[in-house]
Amino acid sequence: MYPALLVDVTIFVLALWVGFEVISKVPATLHTPLMSAANSIHGIVLAGAMLIAVTAHNTLGYVIAFVAAAFAAANVVGGYVVTGRMLKMFRKRPQVPAENAAANGSASNGKSA
Amino acid sequence: MSTFDWVIQLIYVLAASCFVMGLHLMNSPATARRGNQVSTSGMGIAIAATLAIVVHEGGITVTGWIVMATGAAVGGAAGMYSARTVQMTAMPQLVSMFNAVGGGAAALVGIHDYMTAGATVSASTSVTTVLDVIIGAVTFSGSIIAAGKLQGVVNSAPVTFPGARIVNVILAVVAVGLGAYLIASPSTALLSIVLIAALLFGVSMVMPIGGADMPVVISLLNAFTGTAVAMAGFVIGNWALIIAGALVGASGGILTKLMADAMNRSIRNIIVGGFGTGDTVIAAAGPGGDVKAIAADDAAIQLAYASKVIIVPGYGLAAAQAQHEVAALADLLESRGIDVSYAIHPVAGRMPGHMNVLLAEANVPYPQLKEMDDINPEFARTDVALVIGANDVTNPAARRAGTAISGMPILDVDQAKSIIVIKRSMGHGYAGIDNELYVDPKTSMYFADAKKALTEMAAAVKTLVA
Repeated sequence: MYPALLVDVTIFVLALWVGFEVISKVPATLHTPLMSAANSIHGIVLAGAMLIAVTAHNTLGYVIAFVAAAFAAANVVGGYVVTGRMLKMFRKRPQVPAENAAANGSASNGKSA
Repeated sequence: MSTFDWVIQLIYVLAASCFVMGLHLMNSPATARRGNQVSTSGMGIAIAATLAIVVHEGGITVTGWIVMATGAAVGGAAGMYSARTVQMTAMPQLVSMFNAVGGGAAALVGIHDYMTAGATVSASTSVTTVLDVIIGAVTFSGSIIAAGKLQGVVNSAPVTFPGARIVNVILAVVAVGLGAYLIASPSTALLSIVLIAALLFGVSMVMPIGGADMPVVISLLNAFTGTAVAMAGFVIGNWALIIAGALVGASGGILTKLMADAMNRSIRNIIVGGFGTGDTVIAAAGPGGDVKAIAADDAAIQLAYASKVIIVPGYGLAAAQAQHEVAALADLLESRGIDVSYAIHPVAGRMPGHMNVLLAEANVPYPQLKEMDDINPEFARTDVALVIGANDVTNPAARRAGTAISGMPILDVDQAKSIIVIKRSMGHGYAGIDNELYVDPKTSMYFADAKKALTEMAAAVKTLVA
């Protein structure tokens, strides 16, 4: 018996079920952003890449840790940015560029109100 | 368990909750952006907690710090740059590349852990390491090929050769068989053979699959990456990786099934490949003289005097990047009081929801985008159905048995009072069969690139109503 492994397996299986439940309700409209969002979540592997840098003590280890960190960081940063870009496009009419104005600072709020 | 461990684990639980909440908020377009923000903050705190572990554990060398920081900086910058600059039409390739690097990183984590642990590795760790390396490596090479096919760098037609299937089986057997042997007797050399076999298997798995099926494959590989990351979590004993990986594994699995269902094909069928290789082409007489071509002016008259128009976008729209032109034409028609909506087939384009993203980019409000089951009853009441570069998803042949697309759910475009099809040629869709819609007496063909055609039509409508 591996009690620690058993706990890990339990967590894994329950997380799978949560994933099925949460995701099976998403409408087709959002499937591409969803795929992209799920894609950025597996960027959590960056945490793993960081942890192997701790145990790296030779050249090969450093090379692996470097590549893993670079890969994982590209996944996580790119994933979230591209999902955000996609979702930014989903907005209701009227499509006045209000979002840009709001992002430029609160100064314009006073005028428009 | 120290206080530090408690705090870290609780932070990981918080991060995992953010991921679940984030995905849950993706249920509706109205909350989806918040969902992404919640998920991003979850990732932020998970990474911060991991950084705390690295500091707390000590033992990391200065080189280790430099390697980690520069690696993350280089990768992060590359990810940021590509995500900011990518064209919306090239989104599927980019998602596939992120899959590749995610899977690659997961495999590297497993490899590194295995090399460090050496012969002292326990059987349970060996199992998850082998799974991590195999799944991660297959995802890495497979995703690169999938992205290459979509980008046109790799031949998007199914590439196959005699005995290809046997090679596939051999590679799979080598990877899994040696992997199983490794569990009994750990060896770094053998692990590298497993790695190479898995990488080759990723290539040979995706090469025979046609471009039409790439969305399903990317979704499947997304699920693979999630699973690989969860396995990496088992290897290094990190719950954040296990939970997040399992969530993604489940989501990718569901999405893959939804997409395969929409095409009325089983996932196995897709992976085995051969779809669109040409051997499914039905040797029917070409539609020839029955096709009716139409000029911009005539199309404009039909559109301008309709009371209800449904636009059916397909891959041709994405390829021509004509999303802004179609939105402009729709606005013009709407300003005349015409009821305009868009019929979105689940697999139109190259990814599920691909059309929605493109049209959203052109500021088409999402309530106008109707899903197949909602819009199908409306075609009978529609004056003009404007089909833009969509082929197989409109082919009435799907309703009959014995064709390559039999049973695939389609948009009932042929029920509309008249149909205008914008297409570059009479060329076949991915299924490689003639589209019976095009020879329907109610159908007129407008042979042009979608962007050019829509611009011309909008100009003609303007002249007409001026």
